[in-house]
Amino acid sequence: MSDPARAAAPRGSGFWADTLHRVVRNRAAVAGGTVVVLFIAVALFAPVLSPYDPLKGRLGERLRAPSGAHWLGTDELGRDVLSRVLHGARITVQIQLAAVGLALAVGAALGLAAGYIGRWVDQLIMRLMDILMAFPGIFLALAIIAALGTGLGNVIIAAGIFLVPQFARVVRASVLTLKDMEFVQAARALGQGDFAIVFRYLLPNSLAPIIVQTSLRMATVLLTASGLSFLGLGVQPPSPEWGAMLSNARSYMITAPHVAMIPGLAIALVVLGFNLLGDGLRDSLDPRLRE
Amino acid sequence: MIAYITRRLLLIAPVLLGVSIGSFALLQLVPGDPAMILAGQEATEEVLTRIRHEHGLDQPVPVQFLVYLRNAVRGNLGISIQSRQPVATLIAQRFPFTLRLAFLAILVSAALGVVAGIVAATRRNSMLDLAALLGSLVGISLPIFWLGLLMMLVFSVRLQWFPAGGSGTATHLVLPALVLGASSSAVIARMTRASMLEVLRQDYVRTARAKGLREQIVIYRHALKNAMIPILTVFGLEFGYNLGGAVLTETVFSLPGLGRLIVEGIFARDYPVVQGAMLVVATTFVLVNLLTDIAYAFFDPRIRYE
Repeated sequence: MSDPARAAAPRGSGFWADTLHRVVRNRAAVAGGTVVVLFIAVALFAPVLSPYDPLKGRLGERLRAPSGAHWLGTDELGRDVLSRVLHGARITVQIQLAAVGLALAVGAALGLAAGYIGRWVDQLIMRLMDILMAFPGIFLALAIIAALGTGLGNVIIAAGIFLVPQFARVVRASVLTLKDMEFVQAARALGQGDFAIVFRYLLPNSLAPIIVQTSLRMATVLLTASGLSFLGLGVQPPSPEWGAMLSNARSYMITAPHVAMIPGLAIALVVLGFNLLGDGLRDSLDPRLRE
Repeated sequence: MIAYITRRLLLIAPVLLGVSIGSFALLQLVPGDPAMILAGQEATEEVLTRIRHEHGLDQPVPVQFLVYLRNAVRGNLGISIQSRQPVATLIAQRFPFTLRLAFLAILVSAALGVVAGIVAATRRNSMLDLAALLGSLVGISLPIFWLGLLMMLVFSVRLQWFPAGGSGTATHLVLPALVLGASSSAVIARMTRASMLEVLRQDYVRTARAKGLREQIVIYRHALKNAMIPILTVFGLEFGYNLGGAVLTETVFSLPGLGRLIVEGIFARDYPVVQGAMLVVATTFVLVNLLTDIAYAFFDPRIRYE
């Protein structure tokens, strides 16, 4: 701060400082980011925050409405709904990170290969992606579950594969634009190898669209995974996964609607948070939208 | 135009082939002996041999695939393990229902989404625009199964306006179509807004305004026509997502559609049903997208010459 040149500059210097400035000024990104940070904090501190054991119920206290003892009431086995929702956040984060990580790793590798090598490699990879995307919406995940079976690990694989084409397309599109730009041409003229070009120039410059995709896809993964659990084909009870909680609670919808409504609200909030963040990031990171 | 259609048809051929390989591979990917899966765990070696022969499982896998493909093209998708009925018959009973639901949902989303999108675009940065943007973001964020239960609780249980589940009359489809259409309408609203804003910047719109045409005519007769073209593609995609979303909607409202058939098939390990339904859904989706692409090229000649 004592540096006068820096103090005189209207903003931080450099691309990332600039970007951070824009992100912080974007209301959607800030609102979404706040929800996301809170959600991750809840997931991290669920055991500390939870007043009760999420798996142990008291049969004498079944389907209680929200009260001082149980802020969000109890479910059909007398388990504390608040503690279950808080612990559900942990499972959700695990699924999101693992599935999006899987999709990102595989999708980015395929997208890089398709965009950079081009020709038949591009054709082959993109036709494969077309085939995956021919199974609309949750169908691809359902097909994978049908083959592999239910459970946390398979939900991650199903939700992850479901997103591979999205990442592959985004990375490929970015690589295609970058690869003919002067700075990449210059690097090649200077004798840089393919490896260096990909990892030093193409990938770092594709980070903005990748970050935006990652945030938006964290939302999609949650909807897909909780949808699978809701159908009974994902994470299985008694796990407090939000979709599974909702599925259980359907039978008590009329007498105790809060048991179904609360996990659904949790899903909606977190999905909205990641969507807001992703949208805000896109507006502030996408150079085409810069004015 | 014909050249364009031919080119598109050639492009979808490998995708359809891939889709059929995918649905064929499903049974191969299931851990364990396919004959055992088809016959059940307690099957004797004798039964297994017979099943292997009947289903051609004693043939090399590529031959099995060709047989599967030949049968599928002829409309033979195998026999359901559970009900012993032809899979094609089961699908023919259930698919029209899902198609109708997905179509109604598209109508809902077209009505809601296009109107909201136009309002938002023509009153850019107003409160209405903000509300439409925020509303559409909430729309795509709500889990479909939760929205379904919520609507059911409010409109069926409390207000008793609509039946809570089942099928038969038109009123049974109102809530499911609204629920399913909600997220698509959000997507379509955002697309419409973006597309309208793009078009409203064009010179010909300025010309129309300069001529002194009423704003209504400029927007609805001049701008909207061109703005709708890119939205067409979204309709095709959203129709496909609605087929996917129908799986959840049908479960919430206990509707006898293809989505339920697949989920029940997975539970019962009735693989021929799952394979057949997947094949039909994916093929439908690919064909719907082909049709929207063709419509796109029809309305926007620039696409044809790319």
